[in-house]
Amino acid sequence: MMANYREMWEALGMDLENHDNLCAVLPDAFGDVYLSQENRPESMDFWDMVVADIHGIRPAELIEAQKDGKKVFGTFCVFVPDEVVIAADGIVTGLCGGSQFWVPDGEKVLPKSTCPLIKASVGARLGKTCPFFRIADMYVGETTCDGKKKAWEILGQDVPMHIMDIPQMKREKDIARWKEEIADFAKVVEETTGNEITPEKLADAIKIINAKRRAMKRVYEARKADKLPISGKDVLLMTQIAFFDDPQRCAQMCNRLADELEDRIEKGVSVFPEGTKRILVSGTPMAIPNWKLHHIIETSGAAVVCEETCTGTRYFENEVPETGGSLDEQFAAIADRYMKINCACFTPNTDRTKDIIRLAKEYKVDGVIDVNLKFCCLYDTEGYSVEQALKEEGIPVLGIETDYTDADAEQLRTRIEAFVEMLG
Amino acid sequence: MFSIGIDIGSTCTKTVVMNESGEMIEMLLQPTGWSSVDTAKQIRKSLESKGICIDDAKIVATGYGRISVPYADRQVTEITCHAKGAYYLNENKDMVVIDIGGQDTKIIKIESGQVKDFIMNDKCSAGTGRFVEIMANTMGLTIDELCELARTGSGVTISSMCTVFAESEVISLIGRGEDRKNIAYAVVSSIASKVASQCSHMDTKNAVVYLTGGLCECAFLKERIEQMIGHELVTNSKARFAGAIGAALIAASKGA
Ligand code: SF4
Ligand code: SF4
Repeated sequence: MMANYREMWEALGMDLENHDNLCAVLPDAFGDVYLSQENRPESMDFWDMVVADIHGIRPAELIEAQKDGKKVFGTFCVFVPDEVVIAADGIVTGLCGGSQFWVPDGEKVLPKSTCPLIKASVGARLGKTCPFFRIADMYVGETTCDGKKKAWEILGQDVPMHIMDIPQMKREKDIARWKEEIADFAKVVEETTGNEITPEKLADAIKIINAKRRAMKRVYEARKADKLPISGKDVLLMTQIAFFDDPQRCAQMCNRLADELEDRIEKGVSVFPEGTKRILVSGTPMAIPNWKLHHIIETSGAAVVCEETCTGTRYFENEVPETGGSLDEQFAAIADRYMKINCACFTPNTDRTKDIIRLAKEYKVDGVIDVNLKFCCLYDTEGYSVEQALKEEGIPVLGIETDYTDADAEQLRTRIEAFVEMLG
Repeated sequence: MFSIGIDIGSTCTKTVVMNESGEMIEMLLQPTGWSSVDTAKQIRKSLESKGICIDDAKIVATGYGRISVPYADRQVTEITCHAKGAYYLNENKDMVVIDIGGQDTKIIKIESGQVKDFIMNDKCSAGTGRFVEIMANTMGLTIDELCELARTGSGVTISSMCTVFAESEVISLIGRGEDRKNIAYAVVSSIASKVASQCSHMDTKNAVVYLTGGLCECAFLKERIEQMIGHELVTNSKARFAGAIGAALIAASKGA
C-alpha cells in the first residue's frame, strides 16, 4: 500500500498507526494465498491491482465522487437493493469485515459470542482502521440475524443508519411488505442524495445491476467445465471485490475474465491436475480478506467450483425483470427478485437446500463443504437439515465451523484432507 | 520390500512394519514428546538398529505430526488410516470406529473398506485421551490405575464439559474428601458420556462398533461407553496401532 494515501486516510480520521499494522500484513497474506498459484488467468491482474491498493484506489474514487456531491451508502447484506441507490446517482459499497484484525475492536463493545463478521464490521468502524467505513455517508442495515440487529444500535450511535425491515418468512404478505420497505428506502435515498428516483432512472439502474449479475454468472458458468480454467480462490476474490466496485466496471472486468476463461476451456487449459476433487462450498458469507477455507481446500487436493454463499451465487442469481413500468411496478419486481435469495434468516428455508442440491449437480461436484462462521446460530442450525438432505441425495458433505483466526487451520486441514481422501 | 506406517499422534507415536507377505514384523510405540521432527529421527534410528533400511521401504506417515516425517513417501490423514487399520484388524467388516485419540476423538463409518462419513471432535479436549491424562495427573494416578479404580466407584458425576472446569471440579472433590474411587468413576463416566454423545450423531444401529486409540485397553471405559450407547464394542490389543497399520497397508497397496 502506497504512502501517498496517508493524507487521505488522515483526513478520514483514521487511526494511522494501527492501520499501518494491517497494511503491513495484507501483502504477505495475499502473496501466500494468491500469487503462489500457478497459471492464473491474466485478467486477474485487475483484481490483484485492486487488492494491492485496496484502501487506496477505490476509496480515493469515492472521495472524488463525494466532492461532486454524490453520496455513498454502506451495506452489509445482499438483500439491500443496489438498484434503488444507483437510480438516485448514489454509490453502494459493501462494508462487511472479513479479517481477524478488526475483531478485537469489535469485542470491546460486543459479546465474544457474536459472529466474527459482525465483530469485524463493528471493529472496523469503531477502530477507525478501514477507509470504506469512514467514507460511507449512510449505513444501511437490515433486520436479518439478531447479532446484526443489535450491532446496528451500537453503530447507529456513531454514524447515520437506515434499517430495512426484512421479513422472516416469504408469504405473499411478507413480499408485499418488503416492497413497501423498498419504497421507503427509496425515499430515504432520495432525501440523502437530493436526487429524485424516476421510473426511467430506476429502469436504467435495474439494467446496470442485471448486467453485473450476468457478467459474474458467466464467470461462474466457466467453472462448470471439466477442466477448471480458474481457481475457486480467484473467483472468490472477484466476488468479494464486486461489493466495492463500480457496477459497470465490475461487469466489464468480469466479462473480460469470462472471455479469457471461455478461451481457456476451448483450449483445454486447466489450473488443477486431472482428477482434482470438485467442491461446492455452501453457508455463510466470506467477506474480504477471508480466504481461509478456500485456501485450505485448494491446498488439500481439491478445488472449489462454486459457492452457495452471499459472496457467491446468492449475490448474483436471478435478475430483476427489465419490463419497466411505474415505480410501484418496478419496486414489486425488485422485491420479488430479492425475495428469491435463500438466507438462513428465513423460515422455512427449504429452497436453500434445493439450491445446494441443484448447484451440486450443475457444477458436477464430488462433495459439499457446508461452513458456518462461529456463533452464527442460523447457519449452524440449518446445517443439520442441509446435511440430512445432501446425504439423502447421496452427495458427500462435510460440516465445518470456523472463524477468522488461524488457530484451527491445521485441524481444518486434517478434516478437509480426510474428506477429500474419502471422496476417493 | 517393507511397507512402513508411522502414526505420529499428539501423545504417542506408533510405527508398524510389514514385510512383503503383509505380516506385521515390528510394532513400535513411543511417546511423541515435544518435537515430531525428533520423533521421526528416532524412529529412523530404531528401525535401522533392527536392520530395517528405510531407504528402500515404502512409507506412509499419518497423525497430526504426519508432515514432520521427511523420509515418508506420502502423508495420509489419520481418519483414512484408522479406517483401513480397523477394517483390517476386524476382519474386513463394515463398521463404525470410535477412535479416542490424545487430542481428538473421531467417529468413522466404514463401508466396504472405505470411509463413508466421519465426525471429529477437535475443538476441545473433553472426551479425549488428554482429559483422562490431566485428571489422572491431578489425582496422582496413572491412566491404567485410574481406570481400574473407577470400576470400584460410583455415585459421583462431573458436570463440567470443559476440561479446565472439570479439573477444578475434581480438585474440589478431592478437597471435600470424596473417595478417590468415586472421583475416578466420575472421570471415566464423563469421557464416556462425551464420546457417546458424539457417537449419537452417527447411525450405529446394526453396525459393528470398534474401539481404537490409546485407551482401548481401559476395560472399564469400554464398558461405560457400551452402557451409554447401548451397543457392544469390539476391540483388540493391537487397536491402538490401527492408524499405523492402516498407513502401512496404504504404503503396500498404493506403492506409496
Ligand atoms: S447470509 Fe443472510 S444476512 Fe448475511 S448477507 Fe447473506 S442474506 Fe444477508
Ligand atoms: S454469518 Fe450469521 S451471525 Fe454472522 S452476520 Fe451472517 S447471519 Fe448474522
